[in-house]
Amino acid sequence: MRRAVRAEWAKTWSDPGAAWLLAALVVLSVAVSAAAIGTARCQAAACGQDPARISLTGVYLGQAVAALAGVLATGGEYGTGMIRVTLAAISRRRRLLAAKALVLAGPVLAAAVLATVAPMLAARFVLPGHGFTVAHGYDLVSGGMWRAALCAAVYLTLVAVFSLGVTTAVRDSAAAIGIVLGIVYLFPVVAQLFRGQTLQRHLEQIGPLAAGLDAQATIGLRGLPLTPWQGLGVVALWAAGALILGGAALCLRDA
Amino acid sequence: MIAAEWIKFRTVRGWVLAVLIAAVAIGVLGVVGGGQGSCYGNSCTLPTGPGGEPVSDSFYFVRQALTGNGTITARVTSLTSVANSAPRTTRQVIEPWAKAGLILKASLKQGSPYAAIMITGTQGIRLQDDFTGDTAGPALRAGWLRLVRDGAMVTGYASPDGRRWTKVGSVTLPGLPQTVQGGLFVTSPQYTQTAVGVSQIFGSLSQSTAAFSHVTLTWQGGVGHAWAGTDVGGGGGGPPGGYRAVGGTFTITGSGDIAPSTNGPSGLGVTIGQTLVGTFVALIILAVVAAMFMTAEYRRGLIRVTLAACPRRGRVLAAKACVAGLAAFAAGLAGTAVAVPFGERALRSHGVYLPPVSLLAQVRVVTGTAAVLAVCAVLAVAIAAFARRGVYAVAAVVGLIVVPYVLAVTIPVVPLNLADWLMRVTPAAAFALQQTVIQYPQVDDVYAPAYGYFPLAPWAGLGVLCAWTALALALAYLALERRDA
Repeated sequence: MRRAVRAEWAKTWSDPGAAWLLAALVVLSVAVSAAAIGTARCQAAACGQDPARISLTGVYLGQAVAALAGVLATGGEYGTGMIRVTLAAISRRRRLLAAKALVLAGPVLAAAVLATVAPMLAARFVLPGHGFTVAHGYDLVSGGMWRAALCAAVYLTLVAVFSLGVTTAVRDSAAAIGIVLGIVYLFPVVAQLFRGQTLQRHLEQIGPLAAGLDAQATIGLRGLPLTPWQGLGVVALWAAGALILGGAALCLRDA
Repeated sequence: MIAAEWIKFRTVRGWVLAVLIAAVAIGVLGVVGGGQGSCYGNSCTLPTGPGGEPVSDSFYFVRQALTGNGTITARVTSLTSVANSAPRTTRQVIEPWAKAGLILKASLKQGSPYAAIMITGTQGIRLQDDFTGDTAGPALRAGWLRLVRDGAMVTGYASPDGRRWTKVGSVTLPGLPQTVQGGLFVTSPQYTQTAVGVSQIFGSLSQSTAAFSHVTLTWQGGVGHAWAGTDVGGGGGGPPGGYRAVGGTFTITGSGDIAPSTNGPSGLGVTIGQTLVGTFVALIILAVVAAMFMTAEYRRGLIRVTLAACPRRGRVLAAKACVAGLAAFAAGLAGTAVAVPFGERALRSHGVYLPPVSLLAQVRVVTGTAAVLAVCAVLAVAIAAFARRGVYAVAAVVGLIVVPYVLAVTIPVVPLNLADWLMRVTPAAAFALQQTVIQYPQVDDVYAPAYGYFPLAPWAGLGVLCAWTALALALAYLALERRDA
């Protein structure tokens, strides 16, 4: 297993494009979050704004980059035929996929923590000046904020692992990124169709984006379709399901 | 050249199938779209103004029947508003569009023609007519108002002291009968307080009270002295109005609005853009197909054959863009032509109120949405040609178009001004083509993308997307020319 991880690590992260991708994950997330923090205002007590969600707005864009990282971690191998060399070197296919997931998840998690904790720290200094004060019922140094930031980082990592699984199953990067981004972004768009119905709530419970966002909330928790940990669990189920599907396809199919 | 590219496109069964699925997705999601409303039959039908647009027409009216031509003058000494923040508790607020003044109206029927001169909460003196007309006068908070009728023409004057008069404007009302209802009115629209995101908007009914004195009427057909009070439109669901007349001074309280109705949080429903949710499913599918259509050339080395057959590389790119764009347009048009009319019918049958949309606007929404898909497909081809990897093209199209739209419209978590800005500069601005509701400066509402109000005009929005696509095409052309295949 250690050999497989080392081999995959060398292959994935020796590509300068991959490092750029992680940099883009951090920069884009932080930029969008900064724009949201800079424009947020809270004029009265109980203004219903969630400071954690505002600070983590960048996750909406960051997850597209995380998905891209997940797809490229294995999609390139199918494009170039490199996968045949890889499978000759590491013939245990399940072990190969596990190694790929580990090698992907570690650096993505590190970048994601940077991308979520940095705006959280910025929010602590900026938002009180915009009306998010103790007098208005906000406590920006609470543990809830840290929980939200870490949940968002784990969410980004799970999105990357999810797209690794999908790419392994479909073997084409363009189609894989289409499927992953479709599942991530379209659940809430389609759920909108059923505004005010129980079906909307169910779609929000099973959709990875809505579930992941529930994990980043710090206020109004009772009104959400899922508790934060359930939300993260749903996303983990999507990632695990995609990995199992990808693993099965990898084991049963010719490369 | 285009024929050659078309053959390459249509002989790949997966691509053709994907384009068909995209068309079906738009149609099916448009019709399936439920939503549950409570507007069955005519229960939510709004009164319509002389121009046919839905309007709110509720105010407290102290009136007389007036025949022929004449002049009405009054002094408004104060105008104050309260908002009902919770049941039975009120607080003083400044309601920008609280209105108190003089009005001549064809009848007491809601939606009938009128001309009115008024003092507003913060918007100065205004001469308004037939719901959509609005002329600004001097910025006074109290003062003298005069309305002069001469046939179909009504002229409004304002004065700070009753001696020096300024003409605010003249309006022509062809629908005004010989005998009109004329007098004093007060109304007060919904008080809206916007926090930041669209999800946090507090609205409450408001009620305004104004004091009038020095009311004089000189009318050709003679003037009676019997004033009558009527709550036109029942105060628009707000608290009941009323009036007191003591020694020539009238104190009038009213609630509601005399204005075109809008679709914001204080409005009623959704727009036909709701039937086009499937556009996004189609957009992602078409972006994948368009990107693969370009990158398949590179993967199999086919690009060398293509360039041997047609050495002018710009033409290869143009032909690819044409074929992808036309295929996307055809799929989009097939889907939207089903989704909009049938989806609209389905929504109405579920009791969802939709503001009326002219046929021309419907055609614009149907063809415009197809055009957006076509340009997006071209954008995907261009990015794929530049990056030579389809995965980047798909991610870029989704990141540039779907993500801003989701942020600004679907899950309105971002502050309103940021949402507006996203809908101006990102290619998602093209969805302004789906706008069917009109924004009125004289009506206070939250005109956010989430309610169907886009900051750019419909075709200007498409222009933004086209500019991005032109830039991508130029970069792709340069890369193709300079690079080895």
